[in-house]
Amino acid sequence: MLLQYILNGLAIGMAYALVAVGYSLVFGILRLINFSHGSIYAFGAHMVFVFVGMNFGVWAGIAASIILTGLLGVAIDKVALKPLRKKNSIPIASLITTIGVSYIIQNLLMVFLGSERKSFPDFMNFGSFMVSGVQLKSSQIVLFSVSFVLLVVLSVVIHKTKIGLAMRAVEQNSRAASLMGIEVNSVISFTFFLGGASAAIAGALMAAYYQLVYPTMGFLLGLKAFAAAVLGGIGVLYGSVVGGLVVGVTESLAMGYLGGTYRDAAAFIILIVILIIKPTGLFGKKGITKV
Amino acid sequence: MMNKKETSTSTGFFGSFNTIGLKYGKWLLCAGIVLILILPQLGLSPYIMRIMTMIMVYATLAMGLNLPTGYTGQVSLGNAAFFSIGAYTCAVLVTKTGMNFFFALPCAALVAGVAGFLLGLPSLRLSGSYLSIVTLGFAEIVRMVVTNWDSVTNGPMGIKNIPRPRLFGIELSTANGGTYYLIFVILLLVSLACYAIVNSKIGRAFMAIKEDELAATMMGVSTIYYKVLAFTLSAVISGLAGGFYAHFMRYIDPNSFTFDTSILILSIVILGGMGTMRGMFLGAALLVAFPEVLRFMEQYRFVFYGLILVVMMRFRPQGVLGWQSKNPYKFPRGVSQETING
Repeated sequence: MLLQYILNGLAIGMAYALVAVGYSLVFGILRLINFSHGSIYAFGAHMVFVFVGMNFGVWAGIAASIILTGLLGVAIDKVALKPLRKKNSIPIASLITTIGVSYIIQNLLMVFLGSERKSFPDFMNFGSFMVSGVQLKSSQIVLFSVSFVLLVVLSVVIHKTKIGLAMRAVEQNSRAASLMGIEVNSVISFTFFLGGASAAIAGALMAAYYQLVYPTMGFLLGLKAFAAAVLGGIGVLYGSVVGGLVVGVTESLAMGYLGGTYRDAAAFIILIVILIIKPTGLFGKKGITKV
Repeated sequence: MMNKKETSTSTGFFGSFNTIGLKYGKWLLCAGIVLILILPQLGLSPYIMRIMTMIMVYATLAMGLNLPTGYTGQVSLGNAAFFSIGAYTCAVLVTKTGMNFFFALPCAALVAGVAGFLLGLPSLRLSGSYLSIVTLGFAEIVRMVVTNWDSVTNGPMGIKNIPRPRLFGIELSTANGGTYYLIFVILLLVSLACYAIVNSKIGRAFMAIKEDELAATMMGVSTIYYKVLAFTLSAVISGLAGGFYAHFMRYIDPNSFTFDTSILILSIVILGGMGTMRGMFLGAALLVAFPEVLRFMEQYRFVFYGLILVVMMRFRPQGVLGWQSKNPYKFPRGVSQETING
């Protein structure tokens, strides 16, 4: 039983990690919690739903959704956040802006696509099989492995490519980076694109896993993924993965042993405990404040 | 609340509004109070009376959030939790033990205050975005506890038939204007208390923390004490509003106090003007009444909220009645916002 819960938790946790990476990327560069990330995730899942409804086919639908959601991320930055950076606004202003954006996206989804729960194509289900008493669903394996591969790809992009180098430079010191000839704004746009695209993939995977889409699906998941990102030390990529897995497994254990109603509280309780013990998260570096 | 020098820096329409408000402030205030007092005697429909009451409930809540967020700079995204704790405490005490509403209300404020104290504790170590997310997580935990603690809160079914408050044998209701006057008295007392707090040593400490926490610490302000105090006071005020709300609506369930409620309270504070008191009344009036006026765009209501937040942050981050000094604080050379936020 224990092993079963852990395996269930690992599959979901990997998807949390994928969403958490989106938070981490943006936080790393802008020192901003992107509260709209949960809605971006819901938007991604809905776009797959819409494109599949338009007979695009599942894979083309997902591809289109990834691009569209990535562009949505870029648009949010360009329209709402960039002007604030230009004005050197207080940090609270950006935080509240992303909350506002989240409201706009989520409620527009409700207005145009309805707020009810809609069933999502079950494209990852190829049956399930038993391995020494533990049931493994094909959808869990797909969820885990696709997320894993994507996280590896993201990590390669960030650590081995030129644009990844630029991202890390901006993360270290955006002014110095711009003096070295890096187009800071395009690096930020690229980051938002990556965040949106990974959220769209996570959205498609999770929607197929639960076979459900609805406009508010991003709220709780966004919070949990954020908890995962903070848990691992926000801005640290592998930290997000560990955090996602911890949140996923804890949740699955809480659901198994305490009942479904306490499932959602688990992530927040861990989050609050970790933040109070170690405000920078498990793998976070302690920020040095220069005066 | 502020001196002339500060208001002279705000410009444009709202700036002149501020100046008028300052020059004739006392008279405007008195006129406003008289107007609010005679309103129920004008034979307005119960619908309008209910909206007026809700405006005052939200103004009270905004007053509460204004202390940590507006004055102390600690953004809380979880004030619906205190609202909920106050409402449930009051409702449970009155329905289960038959306690008088006027005894239950202070108890509700007290219980909410304890919760506020507990939520304030993480603020000792966390700040900025991290603190916001913890308050949000806290509100979600409270909501889950309320949903699952069936024996006390009646779970998702909520508490029905909460009795109306009784004063000297008279049942206070919307029809006889009793609840309207009751929330008016609560709001008035809360406003006076906030005014006193903000204009005391405590208020200056709050504002010092908002401006620059490090500097405040170095000047001998015990930031730990004042941050927790701001949260506790905020919770007490929200608890009062919650207790009243439960008896006004006569029905509460976990869905009455969601993230949307927290955001509405925060939007009122921001739209009205963080760190001002007049702004809370205006913000509550606008954000509570607008959706009623704009019934036809019901579906777009939250899109509208979202737009307000985004547009306000873009063009007037200090809120309608807020003020911003002409010379915003500039960091010394070599120190960027980023290094400060660590």
